[in-house]
Amino acid sequence: MTPIGWAQIALVLALVALTAWPLGRYIASVLAGAPTPLGRLLGPAERGCYRLAGIDPGRGMSWKAYAFALLMINAAHFLLLYAMLRLQFYLPLNPQGMAGLSPPLAFNTAMSFVTNTNWQAYAGEGALSYGSQMWGLTVHNFLSAATGIAAAAAVARGFAGGGLKQLGNFWADLTRITLYVLLPASLVLAVFYIARGIPMTLSAYVDATTLEGAKQTIALGPVAFQEAIKLLGTNGGGFFNANSAHPFENPDAWTNIVELWSIVAIPFALTVTFGRIVGDARQGWALFAVMGILILAAIGVVYWAEAGGNPLLTALGVDPALGNMEGKEVRFGIPMSALFVALTTGTSCGAVNAMHDSLMPIGGLVPMFLIQLGEILPGGVGSGLYGIVVYALIAVFVAGLMVGRTPEYLGKKIQAKEVKLAMLAVLILTFSILGGAGLSVALPVATASLANAGPHGLSEMLYAWTSATGNNGSAFAGITADTPYLDIGLGIAMLLGRFAFLVPVLAIAGSLGGKVKLAGGAGTFPTHGPLFIGLLIGVILIMGGLQFFPALSLGPIAEQVTLLACKTY
Amino acid sequence: MDATTPRAGRTTALRADQISLFDRRIALRAIGDAIVKLNPARLMRNPVIFVTEIVSALVSFVALRNLATGQAFAFPLTIAAWLWLTVLFATFAEAVAEGRGRARAESLRRARTDTLAKRLVRAGDRSSYQPVAATALGVGDIVLVEAGDLVPSDGEVIEGVASVNESAITGESAPVIRESGGDRSAVTGGTTVVSDWLVVRITAASGSTFIDRMIRLVEGAERRKTPNEIALDILLAGLTIIFLIAVVALEPMAAYSGSVLGVPVLAALLVTLIPTTIGGLLSAIGIAGMDRLVRFNVLATSGRAVEAAGDVDTLLLDKTGTITFGNRMAAAFVPAPGIDERELTEAAVLASLGDETPEGRSILSFARDRFGIVAEPPAGAAVVAFSATTRLSGLDAGERSWRKGAVDAVLATIRLAAPPVGFSQSVDRMARAGSTPLAVAAGGRLMGAIELKDIVKPGIRDRFAALRRMGIRTVMVTGDNRITAAAIATEAGVDDFIAEATPQDKLDYIRKTQAEGRLVAMCGDGTNDAPALAQADVGVAMQTGTQAAREAGNMVDLDSDPTKLIEIVEIGKQLLITRGSLTTFSIANDVSKYFAILPAIFIAAYPELGAMNVMHLATPQSAILSAVIFNALIIVALVPLALRGVKFVPVGAAALLRRNLLIYGLGGIIAPFIGIKLIDLLLTLLGLT
Amino acid sequence: MISTLRPAITLIVLFTLLTGIAIPLALTGAAGVVFPSQAGGSLVERDGKLVGSALIGQNFTSDKYFWSRPSAITDPDPNDSTKQVAAPYDATNSNGSNLGPTQKALVDRVTADIAKLGPAPVPADAVTTSASGLDPDISPANAARQVARVARARGMPEDKLRALLAVHTEAPALGFIGEAHVNVLALNLALDAQ
Repeated sequence: MTPIGWAQIALVLALVALTAWPLGRYIASVLAGAPTPLGRLLGPAERGCYRLAGIDPGRGMSWKAYAFALLMINAAHFLLLYAMLRLQFYLPLNPQGMAGLSPPLAFNTAMSFVTNTNWQAYAGEGALSYGSQMWGLTVHNFLSAATGIAAAAAVARGFAGGGLKQLGNFWADLTRITLYVLLPASLVLAVFYIARGIPMTLSAYVDATTLEGAKQTIALGPVAFQEAIKLLGTNGGGFFNANSAHPFENPDAWTNIVELWSIVAIPFALTVTFGRIVGDARQGWALFAVMGILILAAIGVVYWAEAGGNPLLTALGVDPALGNMEGKEVRFGIPMSALFVALTTGTSCGAVNAMHDSLMPIGGLVPMFLIQLGEILPGGVGSGLYGIVVYALIAVFVAGLMVGRTPEYLGKKIQAKEVKLAMLAVLILTFSILGGAGLSVALPVATASLANAGPHGLSEMLYAWTSATGNNGSAFAGITADTPYLDIGLGIAMLLGRFAFLVPVLAIAGSLGGKVKLAGGAGTFPTHGPLFIGLLIGVILIMGGLQFFPALSLGPIAEQVTLLACKTY
Repeated sequence: MDATTPRAGRTTALRADQISLFDRRIALRAIGDAIVKLNPARLMRNPVIFVTEIVSALVSFVALRNLATGQAFAFPLTIAAWLWLTVLFATFAEAVAEGRGRARAESLRRARTDTLAKRLVRAGDRSSYQPVAATALGVGDIVLVEAGDLVPSDGEVIEGVASVNESAITGESAPVIRESGGDRSAVTGGTTVVSDWLVVRITAASGSTFIDRMIRLVEGAERRKTPNEIALDILLAGLTIIFLIAVVALEPMAAYSGSVLGVPVLAALLVTLIPTTIGGLLSAIGIAGMDRLVRFNVLATSGRAVEAAGDVDTLLLDKTGTITFGNRMAAAFVPAPGIDERELTEAAVLASLGDETPEGRSILSFARDRFGIVAEPPAGAAVVAFSATTRLSGLDAGERSWRKGAVDAVLATIRLAAPPVGFSQSVDRMARAGSTPLAVAAGGRLMGAIELKDIVKPGIRDRFAALRRMGIRTVMVTGDNRITAAAIATEAGVDDFIAEATPQDKLDYIRKTQAEGRLVAMCGDGTNDAPALAQADVGVAMQTGTQAAREAGNMVDLDSDPTKLIEIVEIGKQLLITRGSLTTFSIANDVSKYFAILPAIFIAAYPELGAMNVMHLATPQSAILSAVIFNALIIVALVPLALRGVKFVPVGAAALLRRNLLIYGLGGIIAPFIGIKLIDLLLTLLGLT
Repeated sequence: MISTLRPAITLIVLFTLLTGIAIPLALTGAAGVVFPSQAGGSLVERDGKLVGSALIGQNFTSDKYFWSRPSAITDPDPNDSTKQVAAPYDATNSNGSNLGPTQKALVDRVTADIAKLGPAPVPADAVTTSASGLDPDISPANAARQVARVARARGMPEDKLRALLAVHTEAPALGFIGEAHVNVLALNLALDAQ
């Protein structure tokens, strides 16, 4: 680790912290339907959408109606994408003549994008047409991100006042977020990306003759726009197989910094939005601090793990000065790769600029653990916020009793119903991650997909189920993901991780919304300030993390201790 | 009388027998009960312990099978034994708590004797009645209760006045008056009429009388899970399922890694990870919380009410009897210009010798306390007694005379039309402050004024300050006018007051406060308090109060002491704190158990994982066993804490949380490291590994 | 149901038209005018012939050229589709090795490469595969080690080569952002132009 490395990390994090406040306030205004500068420009488009779709933006929805609308549009969009992927051969903008995807792969891919996971069981440049990437995946990147932010807004509104039966209008939330936040920001980012060398073209792949006379076919495509929303919406599904490690997705240090910023900008800003919606900025900052402290620790550990290099290779005569460069790009080096590893898994982004499968054992443990903690540090756009609120509820419930009152969070009493729903949500993650990985390592049809042997093989499988359930989408990519078993199994894991988590959370918001908002006082458990921050960190680590410790012991931890004993597999 | 401590020197029915934490009789019976409670159908109510029981059975089966097939059985058998002990310790904790309640119920049951009631043939005619077994009485029956009779059931006095000994319920042996109409019309089954007679309309059928309900409550037979308990149960059940999944999924992962984990090892891991500590103690904590309230001579109609007491953040307190002593008493001597305070005091004392009213006596005692002046009337002095017409009292000794009384009356006696300005100002100030000024004259000369005040109980101010730190607002309710109320409110340090309060005002205030998102507690005794008692989140009715009030509230204070509201809140808080603390402790325990068990069970596959054995436990088997033993013993070790409750300190939530997090959170992480290591050392020492 | 379905389907259609077709197409059109080179893949021509992309690495094996990093890209064997054959720097199939740090395959590969590259210590990027398999850059240390070989093959003085290398070494932006690196294609093109 070097001061220069830390300076780069500090630069990115400072940018994120600086933009969180204005961005968070802006998103809050957009969600409230308040006038914004862009609103004057795009207002007609917004109103046009409402008229065509028959939406009354002022009509509030109960949590059930909100959830139903959310599920409905995502279900419809899932079917549409499935059809597009199956039929892409017959659709326009397919200069390479890509064939339709197989049913399991199309199922997996459609599920992957509808759940904001963007797990790639396909290789973009080898399997998808430009058309599929544009009106299939890109649109989904917008929709699933907007869905997440809308759900977070609904959850925040549940805490906002007393006796609220309604959580806002889903259609209006979706439209406003897309039009006023995601679309303009993506456009600006895309222009920057193009200027730095990310392609935006519809021309077919080109054949070059290398200096040594060999033929090199270079895959191209309309990359830049998708790249922008891929990161901004914490989607993470790359245009190319190598994702943000591909020089056409992330050509230099500048694009890398902007990509890093855009991964975490909205998730962190949403804590500010949350503070504004619930009417107490400090509450938002407390969540911001929890996310920030834990992700900072994670960054430090990955950086430390990778910077030392691989001792097995050092013993062979490899200079450890550059760190563990297997699966990394020279232009990013260790610090920018380590930062990417932590931020892409702290959020549910899953884009990668280094191959996670080749990280050092501890370097690989951290991203896996970050996803297992529930994708809340700071988590996906929207999903991170409502995810950490679930943990905050549990923390408040356990520790809140210790101040001698029925626990309350933001003036809402946490009772049996909320605890039940929160535990249900958390349980789903455990069930899908550990159940899926446990079952799979016992099945030859699944273990045949593993590329690595020994504890790293277990890590590969564990990571796959972790990533799918956490809607992250990054992978220990050695695993052969495109098998019917994994396509369908992981597809279901993504579904559970997204919607089986989201529906109980919306139900919590609905239940809390209807409750009286209690006045705070000296007897109320304070949910801001260092004490709560420390408590929430403890609860996230102990309640969220401990359950995975046995499995991790057999994976990365075993790999680390055997590595130190110079074992290979 | 000190408002802040429970009454001393009075034995009460329930508090009478102080039960030691592990009373031999109770403990012995509890062991039997604990075994009965192993019945899985009953244990289902407690998911954590239920799962533990199933797992224990499974391990026992494996151990016996191994025994039968000649495989190694010692280790599984030991694990099974300790798992069964874990279950047993949990049921034992509950049984002990119940046993203590049962012991208290015994004293109540003695009051419920089978007696013959005198049921009137015709209402209004006391001359003819028929004897009916008390148990056969129905609601609405009219009975006659005469001196020496037990009141057969709960009822409303419709005729007559009598003194009733209620010691069977309250422990207070001085009889109380019960009469028809008004606020003293309720009688309770099991109490005894000591003089005169009453005609009573029965209001509770046999088996549902106040005393019956008390017995059931105290025994815990009617115990329903409280809202917080249900929520906590769900959390614990959720955690249990999570760890169940984690442990089941571990088996194939371990197999993939080349290590075979048997059922005993997985069972040990599961049971040590699921929150057995709090799971085992949860119901004991609830029962003990109720018990603490009962020991305090307060009966809650449900556990829900006790919890609500912890949540309360506004207390409505009656001024008289709670905040002040209720009588006006001398609080200051203010001499007129040119007069010495001592001279004034002496004059006041002499003038008050003829005043037998409490105010008059308070002047004497105040003078004694303040200046050590004891009244010595001059020889041959004649007392002028206080009367309502003269509004003054005094003393005449020959030439000299002393007078004390209402200011205008005294001024009239000495024919002083224009008293000195200093005196007038003092008198005005006293009136403004809600005090009553009295004037004192000696030998026709104005000596000064005495300030009579409604005296705020000593210590009450600190008490309210403590409540404020806990985040609880106190509101004084008084019939006084605003000025007087404001003065006393300031002196007592309450946050708000309701002056000239009518029952409707109380009700309105409660509604308004609740609408602001606060929870309100109040006490009351009269029928017209009933709506407010019902509206309040915690309504404490006085045992001396009316039946209507007792029905409307969700607690009854047998001592009829309104100050207790404060203690009730503390007990409610303590109950929740105990639950929260032990939950935190239980969950925090898991960290160390991983470090004990994981390296032990994976050592075969990856010997290098021995690095995680930070406690340096002797062998894999002793590591697993030590964790299981610790897990079982910690339940027993914490039973006293569960029964006694975590110490409550009246500080703000933040400070309380910091303290409890440190003790039970951090302590919960560290304690098992030490405990497991010690058990491992012991096992090694005994050669059991 | 219908009241939910109508907004759902309408919004999907509208968003698809907007974010999936209109804006990407408009952006593509505009980019082709404003940033024709970047938008088109930063393609590099020499003497009118396309030789590659400035951003995409190429495979170099000749002693005359500076070598890129090892690339882990494999393609299906044209003769037997169940097998994979090495296809370094195939820009239609970006991928890394995905070998974990304890894999024997990794250790064996690095052992073999070190044997070829000569005395330890070897710069890490010279024997490790990149994440994309298309890494256009190598570290300055890696390049410096190759100077002697290239100079020998080309019969050029090493000093001249070193000067050229210095010109093509890109320092971190603003002195601290990213890593110092050498674009291999650009360096080799400059070499050929000498």
